Amino acid sequence: MLKQIEGSQGIAQAVALCRPEVICAYPITPQTHIVEDLGAMVKRGSLTDCEFINVESEFAALSVAIGSSATGARSYTATASQGLLYMAEAVYNASGLGLPIVMTVGNRAIGAPINIWNDQSDSMSMRDAGWIQLFAETNQEALDLHIQAFRIAETLSIPVMVCVDGFILTHAYERMDIPQQEQVDRFLPPFVPRQVLDPADPISMGAMVGPEAFTEVRYLAHHKQMQALELIPEIAEEFKSIFGRDSGGLISNYRTDDAETIIVTLGSVIGTISEVIDSLRDQGQKIGAISLRCYRPFPKEVLREALQDCQRVVVFEKCLAVGMGGIVAANVRMSIRGLNLPVYTVIGGLGGRPITRKSLAELFAKAMRDDLDETTFLDIKCDIVERELAREQAHTRSGAAAENILREVGVVDAAKTA
Amino acid sequence: MPHQQVKFYQTGTLTVGNRLLDKAQRTVQATMDRSNSLDSGHRACQGCGEALGARYAIDAAMRATDNQLIAANATGCLEVFTTPYPESAWRIPWMHSLFGNAPSVATGIAAALRVKGRQDVRVIAQGGDGGTTDIGFGALSGMFERNDDVLYICYDNQAYMNTGVQRSSATPGSARTATTMPLGAEPGAEFDKGKNVPLIAMAHGIPYVATASVDRLHDLEAKVEKAMSIRGARYIQVFVPCPLGWGSKPADTVKVARLAVESGLYPLFEAEYGELTSATKIRRKLPVADYLKLQRRFAHTLKSETQLARLQAVADNNIRRFGLIDEQGD
Repeated sequence: MLKQIEGSQGIAQAVALCRPEVICAYPITPQTHIVEDLGAMVKRGSLTDCEFINVESEFAALSVAIGSSATGARSYTATASQGLLYMAEAVYNASGLGLPIVMTVGNRAIGAPINIWNDQSDSMSMRDAGWIQLFAETNQEALDLHIQAFRIAETLSIPVMVCVDGFILTHAYERMDIPQQEQVDRFLPPFVPRQVLDPADPISMGAMVGPEAFTEVRYLAHHKQMQALELIPEIAEEFKSIFGRDSGGLISNYRTDDAETIIVTLGSVIGTISEVIDSLRDQGQKIGAISLRCYRPFPKEVLREALQDCQRVVVFEKCLAVGMGGIVAANVRMSIRGLNLPVYTVIGGLGGRPITRKSLAELFAKAMRDDLDETTFLDIKCDIVERELAREQAHTRSGAAAENILREVGVVDAAKTA
Repeated sequence: MPHQQVKFYQTGTLTVGNRLLDKAQRTVQATMDRSNSLDSGHRACQGCGEALGARYAIDAAMRATDNQLIAANATGCLEVFTTPYPESAWRIPWMHSLFGNAPSVATGIAAALRVKGRQDVRVIAQGGDGGTTDIGFGALSGMFERNDDVLYICYDNQAYMNTGVQRSSATPGSARTATTMPLGAEPGAEFDKGKNVPLIAMAHGIPYVATASVDRLHDLEAKVEKAMSIRGARYIQVFVPCPLGWGSKPADTVKVARLAVESGLYPLFEAEYGELTSATKIRRKLPVADYLKLQRRFAHTLKSETQLARLQAVADNNIRRFGLIDEQGD
């Protein structure tokens, strides 16, 4: 059924269609609307056989889901940013225990300085936590990925994180096709746990493992993610056959045939990038884009195949490995090792900075001339950075850099006079 | 040959004399059909109070629930000494997740059971004092506040024993730990610090709170049984001496526990919905020194009038506050 609704509402409806049995809610912007909607559905009685639990922290949210999943209940929670960091210990624990929890991350920057707007630093901080990480390009895909996420998680018995750009997707009103319950039921069978806490058959879960077996346990976690590389496209195919839509999978290509320059990115920014590519294509430029719909496991082989005939790669990412550069770019470089392709890293959209078509068009033009630095910070105000560096050089007590920069930008003065 | 003098009290008390009791009143441990939920073969130290307490508590809970029980365990001694894979001393469904989240995991287990219509299966969360009063405290308070159907049992040995005897917020004033050494002007742990979690639990208004001690295991069983007859969040804190951490003799574990209670340092009481409903009277008030002198962690206090006086004041205050001695005397 087509509906014009907020992204969060669409995600909530998708989760509800998956017949979750336990939902843990703790508010953090920008995922809050999702759990609010689910809470209302349970309260109203439109989502039955489901426990909706308001908890006291994100650490508790995921810990409750760990307990309920281990007891055989399909379990869901959502978080973002600081919340994901606050539950970090439980994030690793859930995957280590092999619990197929599904969690939405409404992607948001990490402080300090505190910032509620979108980038993908939060999900990236958990990239090695053993969860499968899927990134949504649109709200329709965000909705579809949640349905696929439960199926993937329960097939492999590992948790899945569905990453959805905060505000840009979570708060955007779009037309979304909400599937029928009957379709979802056909696609997603009831949850049968691999092991379960049950007095009829007592087991001990989460006991200690020493050096004699830890390597093998960790290797198996890695092996399962490698299995996911096979499974995720199969599930996307099956999804298509039931729902009639192309959603999920490992990567998606946009006008990459004959492309000399390929932009690799993930999440919603592919929308803007596609528009810029369209206009460049109109000018006869051979440029295309690839969106990583699955970041963990990293689709190394598929990506290598997709990039092998191009001449340069530009990785556009909304995150930064401080002291290193690109996070996604490092993975992309590894997947095309030996192909002798230049890879440019572009870091943009940090803390919600708008990514404009104009800036992208200029950036891509430079890239096509091989005129880009290895790492570029899109639209960075270099003069302001220089002046702050000079202040720090001149005075030990130069104050808070963030505040100084805001003064330079003029936001502080503007707010005073407003 | 050295021997320990054992005082036998008469039937009707909650100590020994089990065989003199009516069959129905005998301890769970005295029955042939006890569940042995925490089985033999685990790796607890000799004289471990926690192993003793956990065995009695869980078997009592098993009997009270007709063996329909699931437990969530915080990281700590109890977790480590019972379950290195592939061995497990637990004969109940048991789960360890993290140090600070046992109450939340238990909430999740209870939620799953509720949604599956398995209200006959009950949930226990358990941990040491560090996991309960410090790192798991937020989760514990959340579980209390939501009144989730979980019995949380804290085995209180007054420090982080698993990591090598460091101070927790349950460590009493003057006690030596690895992080509160008996040095300087105020040797050992500082006075007037720490948390009284049973009282904090009562402030949440939960249906049942109790303290217990491994010197009176029948009482511990009775309290667990009572807790299992109630729905909602419940809290039992069990005093469990740790010979290794306290520097006491393994054979003295029960004696040390008894002296803690009889001196007034560890008041035993029950509370329902925030109201105190009972307190265990002290039979013969004993000076705190009797308790302290059995433990090396308090050795320095016996040489300090001030420290001894402060510890006696703590005991006297407990006796007054919880009415541990009848006005008319016995």
